[in-house]
Amino acid sequence: MSGIPHDHYEPKTGAEKWLHSRLPIVGLIYDTIMIPTPKNLNWWWIWGIVLAFCLVLQIVTGIVLVMHYTPHVDLAFASIEHIMRNVNGGHMIRYIHMNGASLFFVAVYIHIFRGLYYGSYKAPREITWIVGMLIFLMMMGTGFMGYVLPWGQMSFWGATVITGLFGAIPFIGEPIQTWLLGGPAVDNATLNRFFSLHYLLPFVIVALVIVHIWAFHTTGNNNPTGVDVRKGSKEEAEKDTLPFWPYFVIKDFLGLAVVLVIFWAIVGFMPNYLGHPDNYIEANPLVTPAHIVPEWYFLPFYAILRAFTSEVWVVQIASFVTGGIVDAKFFGVLAMFGAIAVMALAPWLDTSRVRSGVYRPQFKWWFLLLVIDFFALMWLGAMPAEEPYASFSLIASAYWFGYFLVILPLLGVIEKPLTPPATIEDDFNAHYGKKAGADANPAE
Amino acid sequence: MSDVSARQQSQGDGTRRDFLYYATAGAAIVTTGAAVWPLINSMNPSADVSALAVVNIDLEGVEPGSRITLKWKGKPVFVDHRPKERIAQALADDDAPMPDPEPDAERVQRPEWLVVVGVCTHLGCIPLGQASSDPTGDWLGWFCPCHGSHYDTSGRIRKGPAPRNLDVPPYEFVTDTLVKIG
Repeated sequence: MSGIPHDHYEPKTGAEKWLHSRLPIVGLIYDTIMIPTPKNLNWWWIWGIVLAFCLVLQIVTGIVLVMHYTPHVDLAFASIEHIMRNVNGGHMIRYIHMNGASLFFVAVYIHIFRGLYYGSYKAPREITWIVGMLIFLMMMGTGFMGYVLPWGQMSFWGATVITGLFGAIPFIGEPIQTWLLGGPAVDNATLNRFFSLHYLLPFVIVALVIVHIWAFHTTGNNNPTGVDVRKGSKEEAEKDTLPFWPYFVIKDFLGLAVVLVIFWAIVGFMPNYLGHPDNYIEANPLVTPAHIVPEWYFLPFYAILRAFTSEVWVVQIASFVTGGIVDAKFFGVLAMFGAIAVMALAPWLDTSRVRSGVYRPQFKWWFLLLVIDFFALMWLGAMPAEEPYASFSLIASAYWFGYFLVILPLLGVIEKPLTPPATIEDDFNAHYGKKAGADANPAE
Repeated sequence: MSDVSARQQSQGDGTRRDFLYYATAGAAIVTTGAAVWPLINSMNPSADVSALAVVNIDLEGVEPGSRITLKWKGKPVFVDHRPKERIAQALADDDAPMPDPEPDAERVQRPEWLVVVGVCTHLGCIPLGQASSDPTGDWLGWFCPCHGSHYDTSGRIRKGPAPRNLDVPPYEFVTDTLVKIG
């Protein structure tokens, strides 16, 4: 499967040969976990394993929760309390599932920014990147619909506001919104279909994750230098790589263990820290909470949604050019999805020949600013829609688009990159101090 | 062999095999669409949801200056018994600049009764202003807490991100105090 030359599975016993000639599944698994992996990967590369763990954790806890949950407007809220109070260990399973969603998004954001810094999105890994963005979108959909299921005030009003986004689409918006909700407003039909899709989408994510892994196993992993693994011969490749199992699996599990210490501390001692107290009030279609805030992991994009009001000149131009079809509301929706779209287009917007940000002296600073911008948007998304937050949101949103649409294309032209090491082996030896001439065989 | 291809060419560009491809593909598209459409349509509002479309409301005992909320099609409807000074204010503002200009007279059937759907036209929150303790915004109508839209005493958007005035539902006065909404 991998383009990097390495040893493949050879069935040895009669039983292995019998199976292998009928279904080469052992060979598939062997080649997948023995993939040659650049030996200079740093700690930013552990988040893939954390994400895989989160996906399994959410599916397993979710399946158990469904056994006790009732998707009906009159019973959903009570069934959550039933899980919390009556079901054996139910409160713990629910708290793990709730906070598991947060861990999932922490991991995916670090994973995405890792890719943005080290240029993992660049050729030949565009497909891996695009599939990753699709997974991210699916995660957002799943997280959003899952948050509706407890049928608290934030569930209901979050669902109302977010499905209201579709109502902003010109001409066909309202029929689409009614179709999505199954009625004129969020109600039982909405709750039931969200439940159905919340159960379905994680399995779609599983399928996309397999494609994601397949894609980067075909190209090979990126690494902190962005330098390609030498593929001329197996011997050459082995100087740059180590097999994923056991070297990187063990390393990743150490990283996962550290992450989980923090995770379990939050689940055990502050399980509601990342939630909203309003969601422990049952949904009431006639009363809006004073301050509707989405879950923390949606805040950056929520801030972008709200940033573009009718006073902003780009919105006024868009409205004028389209004869009023694109109003402030629709513009906000376009901006929110556009923020993810420009990220997905990064492979084609980044014109630099050098892959890794390590060797790009100017890029580093713009990237650091993007990370700060992301946290700023997250903070602004939680603030009320008034000054000075509105102006800050606009500036922060502008930088997000500016980074992808202006800075990435221009930097490739004006920046003078440093020279990356010739090989991954050179980089590895520079960091981990192999003496010149000594043979790298610790077993000797 | 050459005989067959010569005959096909003499009949023009399309062969009988091409025709079968197109016919099969066309049939496949039509049947797929026919199979998928009922599934999509099943997600539209069901009959019982659509049936809750008419509500009667008795306004007897709603004093001037007070507002009541009722539920129609799953959404709140605001009924405001406007005192004279509020009506005068709404009329006076008819020519003021606003995002969705509309004279007050076109938004009410009887000036003392304003009937609007209580859903913010921005993203669907319920504006505050129904309870006497609520904030009513800069124009003493309604204030949406979600993203800060201000509505005036005619339910018109005056400030904030909402694009349209509060919708006026279809309604009629059956008697002086009985209103049929829907």
